[in-house]
Amino acid sequence: MTHLGYLIVGWGVSLAAGAAYAARLITRGRRLAARVPTDRRRWMTAKDAS
Amino acid sequence: MTQTSENATARTGTGSRFTFWLGVAVIAGAVALVVLGFFAAPADDEQRDAVRMIFVHVPSALLTYVAFSMTAVGSLMWIWKRSLWWDITAHAAAEIGVIFCALTLFTGSVWGRPTWNTYWDWGDVRLVTTLILFLIMIGYLSIRASGGDEEATSTRAAVVGLVAAVNLPIVNRSVEWWFDRTLHQKSSLTDGNLEDMTLFTLVVGIAVWAAFFLWAMIHRFRIAWLERELRVGDLDEAIIERRAEALHDESPVL
Repeated sequence: MTHLGYLIVGWGVSLAAGAAYAARLITRGRRLAARVPTDRRRWMTAKDAS
Repeated sequence: MTQTSENATARTGTGSRFTFWLGVAVIAGAVALVVLGFFAAPADDEQRDAVRMIFVHVPSALLTYVAFSMTAVGSLMWIWKRSLWWDITAHAAAEIGVIFCALTLFTGSVWGRPTWNTYWDWGDVRLVTTLILFLIMIGYLSIRASGGDEEATSTRAAVVGLVAAVNLPIVNRSVEWWFDRTLHQKSSLTDGNLEDMTLFTLVVGIAVWAAFFLWAMIHRFRIAWLERELRVGDLDEAIIERRAEALHDESPVL
């Protein structure tokens, strides 16, 4: 395969950036959610809140 | 709150059943995209394997347009209706759009080296207008992070979001309007030159990026919602404390 180095850098950075941002969103959301009561999180279902 | 519900709260975060399965679909789609992009799609006659960069570059660029268009709509709705929902949506879309825009610039630059023999060309209108768009939206996020009066901050950011929207069609049409001042090719999706498997893989890439955008939007929106709930809660507590202090000050000393 030609240009493999360029492809690994381009694809690698794209996938890593997406994964890192997703991980940041999850950890940030969990930290904040722990400080807000479930009844003030409108997206939660009754089962999630139990 | 009981210990059990606290644990449930910490575990759940901003996720829901829908976002969980959407996240699973994004991961499965990303794996499929790697397999298709590297092993199923054919190499190009001119660019050879460097053409495989198209499967991350074009979806990033398209989702940049989608995200910043959403920021523009949200900004307009904030200015027009003072809609908090749209204000949060505009902010969430801007943050995710900046990531997509950075990836567009980065993958385009990495792709440019083997195909144009340069990472960057300051005379290229597509590259420079995209960079300007990126910098405007960095300014948008800076205003959001500056703090101060929330309503004024949202209004200032909304104005910047609308200014960025003016640049969107310029970026998109630049390869047509200034075709003699760009190294960039015209639209890969509409020029009809892609082979069937390349086109299919590109559509899969766009679908995966779009699903990730939706997943990230939902989580980012909920984070902004939680931050607002905390600010409102802190303000309520401060008001109650101040009132209690005032009552204490006014009570007669016996």
